[in-house]
Amino acid sequence: MTDNNPMTKPQETPAATQGGDTARVIRPLVDIFEDDTGITLQADMPGVTKDRLDIRVEKDTLSIAGDLKIDMPEEVEPLYADVRSHRYQRSFSLSRELATDEIEASLHNGVLILRIPMRKELQPRKIEVRVD
Amino acid sequence: MYAGMSDIEKDLLEQLGRMDRETDNLYGPGLLPASLRMMAGKGFPAINVGATANQIDIYLFAPGIDPKAMDISIQHNVLIVAGERRLITEAGADYYRKERYDGPFRRVLTLPDGVDPDRVDARYRDGVLHITVGRLESSKPRRIEVK
Repeated sequence: MTDNNPMTKPQETPAATQGGDTARVIRPLVDIFEDDTGITLQADMPGVTKDRLDIRVEKDTLSIAGDLKIDMPEEVEPLYADVRSHRYQRSFSLSRELATDEIEASLHNGVLILRIPMRKELQPRKIEVRVD
Repeated sequence: MYAGMSDIEKDLLEQLGRMDRETDNLYGPGLLPASLRMMAGKGFPAINVGATANQIDIYLFAPGIDPKAMDISIQHNVLIVAGERRLITEAGADYYRKERYDGPFRRVLTLPDGVDPDRVDARYRDGVLHITVGRLESSKPRRIEVK
């Protein structure tokens, strides 16, 4: 698989098609890479725990979403904020070569890792040559 | 969808954002980063700061970092958080996106006057470093009794 193979490259779904109030949503930064067996997506989602994470596949669209929660004293007065929303969301479109029903997800220290395997029949196989 | 997050917290996050935008309009780029010291850091990790009568709360959104590798120091009212996020690049893999911050970072914050450098507490959870700095007794708001 090469970088310019259009079949497996995950395309980001344009924000316009996601609808809603996109200005209030944090777009998590991601690394995406492909190897022989599938695609790995790593997303920075600090402040999100497993129970506030929402990963969905609908048709060929993968959506990752989550709610950020931080311990804040009740009567806090805000002084400065880089982070101005509590909602993470981003979507990608996936090719049919990916086994979307076999996605594995893990979350550790605010980093989400998704492993999306290639369909078994499309994975490169090593053909043993028998010598008689 | 917002299970686990109270209305108060949601409201506070929105307030933090609104407050900052309002300060931008009035005084330029915000209260704290107006300090020259704030310029280093390239924006990673993102920071939120809030204050109560008893303490200053600083949140650094720094996912995927070994908390032991972070160096937090405070001198007078200047707080410095330094560290490094080293991402493992998969050899032989084709990268389509590489947006996540990789490398050393350092953020310097000038806190309001009257903080107590001896009362600093730091916790790392879910990729967020939460630092609390206590206020000096002498700088806490006091109610003046009218006799």
